[in-house]
Amino acid sequence: MGKTLFEKVWDAHSIKELSNGQTQLLIGTHLIHEVTSPQAFGMLRERGLNVRFPQRTFATVDHIVPTNEMVEPYSDPLAQGMIEELRKNCSDNDITFFDTNTGKQGVVHIVGPEQGITQPGTTIACGDSHTSTHGAFGAIAFGIGTSQVRDVLATQTIALNKLNVRRINVNGELLPGVYAKDVILHIIRILGTNGGTGFAYEYGGDVFDRFSMEERMTVCNMSIEGGARAGYVNPDQVTFDYLKGRKYCPSGSAFDDAVARWKNFASDEDCKYSDVVSINAKDIQPTVTWGINPGQGIGINESIPTIISGETQSDRASIEEALNHMSFEGGSSIKGKKIDVAFLGSCTNGRLSDLQEVAKYIKGMKVAKNVKAIVVPGSQVVASIASAQGLDKIFIDAGFEWRGAGCSMCLAMNPDKLVGNQLCASSSNRNFKGRQGSITGRTLLMSPIMVAAAAIIGEVSDAREVFGF
Amino acid sequence: MSDNLIKFVSGSAVYVPGDDIDTDRIIPARFMKCVTFDGLGEYLFYDVRYSEDGTQRVHNLNDVRFSKASILVSGNNFGCGSSREHAPQSIQKAGYKAVIAGSFAEIFFGNSTNLGVVCVCVNNNDREQISQYIESNPETQLSINLQELKVEIGNLSFACSIKEGARKSLMDGSFDTLNELLQNESEVDLVVGKLNYIEK
Repeated sequence: MGKTLFEKVWDAHSIKELSNGQTQLLIGTHLIHEVTSPQAFGMLRERGLNVRFPQRTFATVDHIVPTNEMVEPYSDPLAQGMIEELRKNCSDNDITFFDTNTGKQGVVHIVGPEQGITQPGTTIACGDSHTSTHGAFGAIAFGIGTSQVRDVLATQTIALNKLNVRRINVNGELLPGVYAKDVILHIIRILGTNGGTGFAYEYGGDVFDRFSMEERMTVCNMSIEGGARAGYVNPDQVTFDYLKGRKYCPSGSAFDDAVARWKNFASDEDCKYSDVVSINAKDIQPTVTWGINPGQGIGINESIPTIISGETQSDRASIEEALNHMSFEGGSSIKGKKIDVAFLGSCTNGRLSDLQEVAKYIKGMKVAKNVKAIVVPGSQVVASIASAQGLDKIFIDAGFEWRGAGCSMCLAMNPDKLVGNQLCASSSNRNFKGRQGSITGRTLLMSPIMVAAAAIIGEVSDAREVFGF
Repeated sequence: MSDNLIKFVSGSAVYVPGDDIDTDRIIPARFMKCVTFDGLGEYLFYDVRYSEDGTQRVHNLNDVRFSKASILVSGNNFGCGSSREHAPQSIQKAGYKAVIAGSFAEIFFGNSTNLGVVCVCVNNNDREQISQYIESNPETQLSINLQELKVEIGNLSFACSIKEGARKSLMDGSFDTLNELLQNESEVDLVVGKLNYIEK
């Protein structure tokens, strides 16, 4: 019987079974950032341990960097302290750091692929749950806690339970105006925010075969929002074409050898999955969340659920809590809700193709009065290519603020925050209470094109109508 | 291997109602601007406990009857969201030794176990009974017995569950895996040598 990609990568990186039954797994590539790594370096110092394979850890700074005034010292001394601590830890331990002056800094999950560090058939870990993003390349990529960041630094391994694999097929043609973001919001809506517990999600089918690497990354990125610690797409020609010529990828004949190896990691045709879910592409609508977890999504033309529509007591309590926080009425339409802020960016949707796609449609249009709209490119590389293509000008002319690279308003650890109960149309990944920096702030997750439509109309809108798809 | 063996946890408990209690709720991101975990206990469930103007909300976590609690009881999918270890760190530093919930998000569960914060699951009906009992008898000691996989409070006794590996590692004190990982350096080198992408 054949094997899944997950099993092949797992087997190739297994060191041994530990006394508690977990597997000691080699982590080929380790990515770190300023929020979850300083304590790990502190733990190493306390125990007198060294970084075992410093060349396999790569660092960048993303969560706390301001996106409007990037000159140090930052106005927030805590943020300044964190960037300095990372700088020192990297320099003391010979770790490559894509610092703000390198032209390569950005959200860690955008930088890794962009630099060609993320490769098929590898294991990747980072102290960040959206590490699942890297699975788009056929890597097995996990979000880990800080004690495990310590473990990787000290041993290049972590203790982990093997996951089961659920294959999720999306076949057919996506409707116009339906994007990768809608696909993953739809999947989480169907399978639930904890449906993926214990699973790695393998995404496949016609839709994924046709998706670009950036679209695959958007889907894999939010696997964790469905409870799946890892999500991946089997590597194919699209993957190899993306990687060719990138800085940290092999070049010349070594690249061809790598491709030959990478191909072998793809799941075998006769492999066995623990579960298979099939979704018809045409059932997926432009999707918007109405509540306080990413599973609370509906099609743009659907109504917000009523409390009594919840099947169990616990469902009804969840709906009630969400409606209260959002100040929405059950049964009302999501379309037409007036927004205050539009955020285009994040490790989910802050890549070049996201900005290109939106720029194509907003040319000549204006952001609605009373809406604050910001574009935060996912990395300095994204920002620089976008500027060279004149996208910054298109956004600025339309009334968006064009910012520097970082996580920004996805989790508001920098100065970009909602104020009071502002309603934000956001291309990010979490709509938890308080996520965007205000306790009473409200987040609506949606695709970049839907964020743009909401920004221009001033209310949640069907992008297909606004832009004439 | 640590000499800290966790076979039995007891203490009074507090109920934090709701499913999908996410890591942003457990520790809001703005309190993660720090380079150590010290002091995080103060910010546990900050926005659940305080409203925007800094006044205390009406919540069990602010109720003086539960102020001595060292066990949290909550709903399904507890700890969903971020991989931030700040979440279980803040729980531990605020003085909690265990969480009883309907279910746990995976990364949170692993991070907690690594720190020796015991996470056990009970079914929804039992959780309902436990929370009601705590409400009427806030001082009563609740106990989690990992040997027998039982949660007991007053004269009530419920079955609980936990991943076997986690249970074992808590009971034999091996829950912080670093020591064991450090022992296998030569095996690591062997696997590194077989893979083509890692230079030694």
